[in-house]
Amino acid sequence: MTTTAPMISTAPPEAPSSLGTRPSRVPASVHTRRRVVGVAIGALVFIVVLVQLLPFYVALTTALKERTDLSSQWSFPTAKLYLGNFVSAVESGNILQAIGNSVIVTVISTLIVCVLGAMAAYPLARRPTRLNNVIALLILGLIMVPPLSILVPLYTMLNQMGAINTYWGAILVMVATQLPLSIFLYTAFMRSLPISVEEAATMDGANRLQVLVQIVFPMLKPVSATVVILTGVAVWNEFALSGYILTSPQMQTIAPAIASFFSVQSSNLPAAAAASLLAVLPVLVAYLFLQKFFIKGMVAGAEK
Amino acid sequence: MLKARPLGRPRPFRSAVGGPGINLLYVPAIALLAVFTIYPLMNGIMLSFTNWNGYSAARSNVGFDNYVRLFSDETFRLVLVNTFIYGIGSTVIQQILGLGLALALDRKMRGRNIAKAIVYLPVLVSPVVMGTMYYLLFQYNNGAFNDVMVGLGGERVAWLSDSGAAVAIIVVINSLQFAGISMIIYLAGLQSIPQMYHEAATMDGASPVKQFWYVSLPLLQPALATSVVINLIGGLKLYDVIEVMTGGGPGYSTNSVSTLIGVSYFDNQSAGYASGMGVVLFIIIVLFTLALNTLLNRRRLEQQ
Repeated sequence: MTTTAPMISTAPPEAPSSLGTRPSRVPASVHTRRRVVGVAIGALVFIVVLVQLLPFYVALTTALKERTDLSSQWSFPTAKLYLGNFVSAVESGNILQAIGNSVIVTVISTLIVCVLGAMAAYPLARRPTRLNNVIALLILGLIMVPPLSILVPLYTMLNQMGAINTYWGAILVMVATQLPLSIFLYTAFMRSLPISVEEAATMDGANRLQVLVQIVFPMLKPVSATVVILTGVAVWNEFALSGYILTSPQMQTIAPAIASFFSVQSSNLPAAAAASLLAVLPVLVAYLFLQKFFIKGMVAGAEK
Repeated sequence: MLKARPLGRPRPFRSAVGGPGINLLYVPAIALLAVFTIYPLMNGIMLSFTNWNGYSAARSNVGFDNYVRLFSDETFRLVLVNTFIYGIGSTVIQQILGLGLALALDRKMRGRNIAKAIVYLPVLVSPVVMGTMYYLLFQYNNGAFNDVMVGLGGERVAWLSDSGAAVAIIVVINSLQFAGISMIIYLAGLQSIPQMYHEAATMDGASPVKQFWYVSLPLLQPALATSVVINLIGGLKLYDVIEVMTGGGPGYSTNSVSTLIGVSYFDNQSAGYASGMGVVLFIIIVLFTLALNTLLNRRRLEQQ
C-alpha cells in the first residue's frame, strides 16, 4: 500500500473531459472495480467447486462412520475412522469382483473398438466412393440411437443367444454402442493424414496389409488416445444396457453392482457410500495420472 | 485432402492404395453393428406393431394400436413431458454453468487448473455412483440437506417424495455432473478466438461486457452448437440417475421414456408397447438433433 499510494496521488485519474489524449494508466477506480469483479468471479468459481466436491465429501464422512453413528453428515469423524463399511461393501456387495469384471469388459471392449474402428475407417477415408460415403453417414447416424430404445429386441436376441450374464454378450453390446463414434473419429483423422506416405510405401512394393499395419496404424496414436479414453470411460460407467445384461453378482460390472447393492441395502447407506467410493477410486487414480489426456481426449471427441 | 490436389492431374496411385479390396476392412465392424444395433432397431419397429408380451410365442399384429395407445396414455404423456424437462432443463443449466465457468477460468486466476480438474471430475464418474452419493445428501433422516433445514429452524423435507422437486433435483444433478463437458468445449472455443480481436475491441473502447457480447459470443457459436447438441441428447435419453435416485417414482412421476421402457418390458410385460416407446424416443432424438444442427448452422460456421 505504501508504494502504490504516492503513485496514485502523483497521477490522478484523468477527467472524462480530456478526450483524445489516451490515458497513460488505467484509472484507479477502474482498477479497483476490476479487482472486485475478479474476487467475485473467484468466489463464484470456488462455490461451484465446493458443490462439485460435496457428494464425494458426504460419501466419505458417511462411509467412515458406523451405521449407528447419527452425527451429522457434514462432520468428519475425527475421533476414529471406521472401516467396517468398506469390509461389508467388499464382502456382501462383491465390489472387488465387480471391479475385476469391469476391468475385463472395459479392456477387451476398448481394444476391439480401436481395432475394428481403425480398420473400418480406412476404406471410408481412403476410398470415398458414393457407397462408402453413404455407409459413413449411416454409421454416424447410429450415434443417435438411444441404448434403451432397442432394449426389447436386443434383450430378446441376447437371451436366445445365451448371452445374458456372459462377458462376451456384454462386450459385444458395448463394442456395438461405442463403434460408431470411434469409426467417425478415425475416419476424420485419416482424412487429415497425407496419402503420399502410403503411396510411397506402395511404390516400394509394400502390399495393402503391410501399408495398413506398418504405415497407417502407427500414425493413429493421437486419435487412438482419444478413442481409448472415450470408450474406456463410457464402458466402465455404462449401466443402461449392462444393468439388464449382467444381473448375476458374479458377472456384474461396477455400475450394475453398485445399483443392485444400493437397492438391496437401501437401509444400509454407509455401506453403499463405501461401495461408491471404491468404485470411484480406479477412475480417480487414472484421472490423477492422465488428467491432460482425459480432458484433451474428451474435447477432441466432442468437437467432431 | 482434395483441395491439395492440383486440378486436372489424376492421382496416379490412388487405386493402388485404395482398391475396392480394402472395402473388406469395414465388413467386421458393419457386421457387428448390423447384428447388435441395426437389426434390433428394425426388429423394434416390427415389434411395436404387435401385442407381444416379451416371453411367450404368441403375438399378433395390432397395427398402430400401440402408437394410438401411447398418445392417449396419461402416464406416457407425463413421462414424455419429464423427458423434455430432463433434456431442455439440463441443456439450459449446463450452458449457463459451462459458459460461466469457461469465461471465469479463461482469466488468469490462482488455482484455475485445480478448479477445472474438480469441475470436470464427475464427468468421469458413473452416473449410478454420483446418484448414490447424491442420494445420501437428500435422505430424510440425517441427510446433509435436512440437517441444514433443521439447523435453520425448519422441518425435514422428503425431497424425493415430491415428484416436482424430484424431477428438478434430477435435472440439477445431471447438469452439475456433466457441466464439465460444456466448460471444456467453451474453454476450447474461447482459446481459439485470436487475441487480436480483443485487443482491437479494447482499443476501440469496448467494455468487457460488450466484448463478450459482440466478439466472443458470435465466435463461440460452433462451441455452443456442439455443447447444446451433446447435452440435449444426453438429457433426452437420461436413465441412470433417475433409476438410482427415485426408480421412476413416486408412482410413475419421475420416469423418463428410457426408464419407462424397462418398466413396461420387464414389469408390465408389454414388450410390443415398450418397443413403440423405443421407436418414439429414437425419433424424438433424431428430430431434435437434425433441427438443432440446422438451427445452429453448425456446418456453415465451421467452414468459415
